[in-house]
Amino acid sequence: MKFDKPETTNPIDQLKVVGQAVDRVDGPLKVTGTATYAYEWHDPDSRLAYGYPVGSTIAKGRIVSMDLSRARAAPGVVTVVTAEEAGELGKGSRNVATLLGGPDIEHYHQAIAIVVAESFEQARAAASLIQVTYQAADGKFDLAAEREGLGPTGSDDKVGEFETAFANAAVRLDETYTTPDQSHAMMEPHASLASWDGDKLTIWTSNQMIAWSVEDIAKTLKIPPADVRVVSPYIGGGFGSKLFVRSDMILAALGARATGRPVKIALPRPFLMNNTTHRPATIQRIRIGAERGGKITAIAHEGWSGNLPDGEPENAVDQTKLLYAGAHRLTGTRLATLDLPEGNAMRAPGEAPGLMALEIAMDEMAERLGLDPIDFRVINDTQVDPGNPNRPFSHRQLVECLRIGAERFGWSARNARPATVREGRWLKGIGVAAGFRNNLTMKSGARVRLDGRGVVTVETDMTDIGTGSYTIIAQTAAEMMGLPIERVEVRLGDSTFPAAAGSGGQWGANSATAGVYAACVKLRETVAQRLGFNSKDCVFADGEVRSGDRRAPLTQAASNGEVVVEDTIEFGDLRKTHQQSTFAAHFVEVGVDAATAETRVRRMLSVCSAGRILNPKTARSQVIGAMTMGVGGALMEELAVDTRRGFFVNHDLAGYEVPVHADIPHQEVIFLDEVDVMSSPMKAKGVGELGLCGVGAAVANAVYNATGIRVRNYPITLDKLITQLPGAA
Amino acid sequence: MSVPHDFELNRRDLMVGGSTLAAMTAVPAAVKAQPNSTGGAALSNISLTVNGQAHALELDTRTTLLDALREHLHLTGSKKGCDHGQCGACTVLIDGRRVNSCLTLAIMNEGMEITTIEGLGAPDQLHPMQAAFIKHDGYQCGYCTPGQICSGVAVLGEIKAGIPSHVTPDLMQPVTASDEEIRERMSGNICRCGAYSNIVEAMTEVAGRQG
Repeated sequence: MKFDKPETTNPIDQLKVVGQAVDRVDGPLKVTGTATYAYEWHDPDSRLAYGYPVGSTIAKGRIVSMDLSRARAAPGVVTVVTAEEAGELGKGSRNVATLLGGPDIEHYHQAIAIVVAESFEQARAAASLIQVTYQAADGKFDLAAEREGLGPTGSDDKVGEFETAFANAAVRLDETYTTPDQSHAMMEPHASLASWDGDKLTIWTSNQMIAWSVEDIAKTLKIPPADVRVVSPYIGGGFGSKLFVRSDMILAALGARATGRPVKIALPRPFLMNNTTHRPATIQRIRIGAERGGKITAIAHEGWSGNLPDGEPENAVDQTKLLYAGAHRLTGTRLATLDLPEGNAMRAPGEAPGLMALEIAMDEMAERLGLDPIDFRVINDTQVDPGNPNRPFSHRQLVECLRIGAERFGWSARNARPATVREGRWLKGIGVAAGFRNNLTMKSGARVRLDGRGVVTVETDMTDIGTGSYTIIAQTAAEMMGLPIERVEVRLGDSTFPAAAGSGGQWGANSATAGVYAACVKLRETVAQRLGFNSKDCVFADGEVRSGDRRAPLTQAASNGEVVVEDTIEFGDLRKTHQQSTFAAHFVEVGVDAATAETRVRRMLSVCSAGRILNPKTARSQVIGAMTMGVGGALMEELAVDTRRGFFVNHDLAGYEVPVHADIPHQEVIFLDEVDVMSSPMKAKGVGELGLCGVGAAVANAVYNATGIRVRNYPITLDKLITQLPGAA
Repeated sequence: MSVPHDFELNRRDLMVGGSTLAAMTAVPAAVKAQPNSTGGAALSNISLTVNGQAHALELDTRTTLLDALREHLHLTGSKKGCDHGQCGACTVLIDGRRVNSCLTLAIMNEGMEITTIEGLGAPDQLHPMQAAFIKHDGYQCGYCTPGQICSGVAVLGEIKAGIPSHVTPDLMQPVTASDEEIRERMSGNICRCGAYSNIVEAMTEVAGRQG
């Protein structure tokens, strides 16, 4: 099905199942520990062996020699595979660093071997016996040091004459902000179980994008994609870390090939933060010029980041092209070559760090103008793409988000003068920020089966990384086929199923359900045809098909065997003619300890405008989870770079701090009741990344309101506040 | 804790380590020392009582309780998030108290009553805490969930038993299952999906029901 015209009325609009706050259909498995994650597949008949990785202890250089003899002689060891044993390997088209290093080393903890043994304990012990001699080379590890003299990556995006307009602006801001390297830190480490049957490879893994993985595993191992099957029905969190093939898949496959046995491996927690990807640090310069009344006339956002050769920049400037009005604009990225581990997508890549900076700048600018920060944003709202006014937003309710949120949060009680509200030992402040994330759509397929029991089974390689895919897909099929949700079975995450959108870029919910919608439209047509009905005027309800005064049970269509159809939703150019984005207003109240500068988040509210909400329960969870990650980014998360040896020092969950229960208050979310007919037949967009975009800045602005201290370098840890606290000596 | 009768011998094997000395050590039937430069991969016969059922296992003495449950008993509900006691995903109940099962060796738990998530309830027979997690959507990816639920059950037990915490306002008064108490006590269980707000609601509901 091609989606290339604004949607009119369709069966989803009934909202009998879709749009309802249905409990997760996979909930009973998850709460009882019976959902099977990657490392947990167990075939009692297979002679499973355990893998353990070895990582490089230098960041750049060459392996001179590896002494594997002690490891090979260790009890229980079956084999050791290094790049030398593995033979020539390719590289996945979505990988920057190779997944099995040697002799060249591209980054610290790049995998250089897998030890395969009869038990986990034996593999781990033997891995520590491998002696590696390196020839280290000088590397570059310090983004700030590399910043000077870097030109634009590609060309800057320019509208009007920014420099002139900025120079002539009545009120100006020119500030620089930094965000640190961040780690996804999902709870389930990357893990894979690989098994060869002749030339055919099956990998049970934990991955967000099944079809991409099939391609890149095949490319890496130099085998045909048709020989690769990837299975990943449950994923213990991803946040972008599991978008691509990582070393666990390749090491497991090589270990299994070398031993002729199934091999499983999980990346040890202290290893994976340098071995896999991270969100790259940024330096961002923002300039805003405005008229005294608050109208922005010039806005520029430049972002510096680093990556390995051939890596991409962290595009922290993109939202600034679209979020606020202003005739004269400049945005661009500058990319340094760094020899740190590979930087890549983490939840809301670009916008998350970009809005952490931009939305502090907006707060600062409002203060310079003597305007309320909400009024300043409202003045500069735009209903069209500012760089191309002929291109309207499909649906934009940022102003409504801000106004509704202000009312609900009690914004009018805010004292605009910072450091003036005190409650006992706490300095109290509230802050606001806008959230913005584009709505991406991806081609997505599904197969649907109707059987004689009247059960509809959906098969798609879509993944559920905690997002609720199982549930919203079941809701979609139930709505389309006129069935209760209990009559729908959903099977996900298997490359033998039709390729779907996968989980990334907050495109999953809308695109994957649209694919299921397309397949169900075809199933309805086939069912109608089998029952001798005119498919155009059929109603599917209560397990029946009705047309005029004729009716037949749905099961009748499958009386001579299962009905199986497949379709794919493809998207036309509505995204080109209309800017499709999602919007939010985030409100945060903090208390900052007047003596210790400890910041505690006390209240949080997000108001989201994101098209139809397919399931308010799971969507709300996406947003509160993102708000939580936003608190982490604002107050604690930072991979500390050792700029001499070139690695992230705090590479485990004790050193890399993420929010815990005690850090997070009760959170509120409001979804605006809306649909976006330009987005898909589901009229939905995404919320999973939107919920993160801007939250960090709302926290930062609240800290400023509480203390009068403007911290522009995240995270806002107490050392950055304590010497400047009001009343500090 | 009762000491397994062959524990002393195991410990001596581990301590002597080197192959020459290990070869001189008397090896009882229950212990098969595999002397080598890794420090010895000794096997030990132990009995673990998990969810009311006794299991006889022959385990490498280095096996954590978590790996014994997951890899040997195939009770994979207890999750390995970090293997270093940093995340809480492996939380199980030992004699009713919550423990990070990655931080205790299997052989240290002979004679203990171990309860895992599978022992609390099954999909068709949910424990009230499991049902509350579903109702309040106290999870997303589900990987930290068994640990959160085991901790949640134990935390309410600790509060009921009057065990104070860092945030207990008055040690002379009964401890209550306030939001603050729940958040403080649950902070060893990380949820990167960020379901905390919902988990507190789920636990509050169960605490209320318990009276």
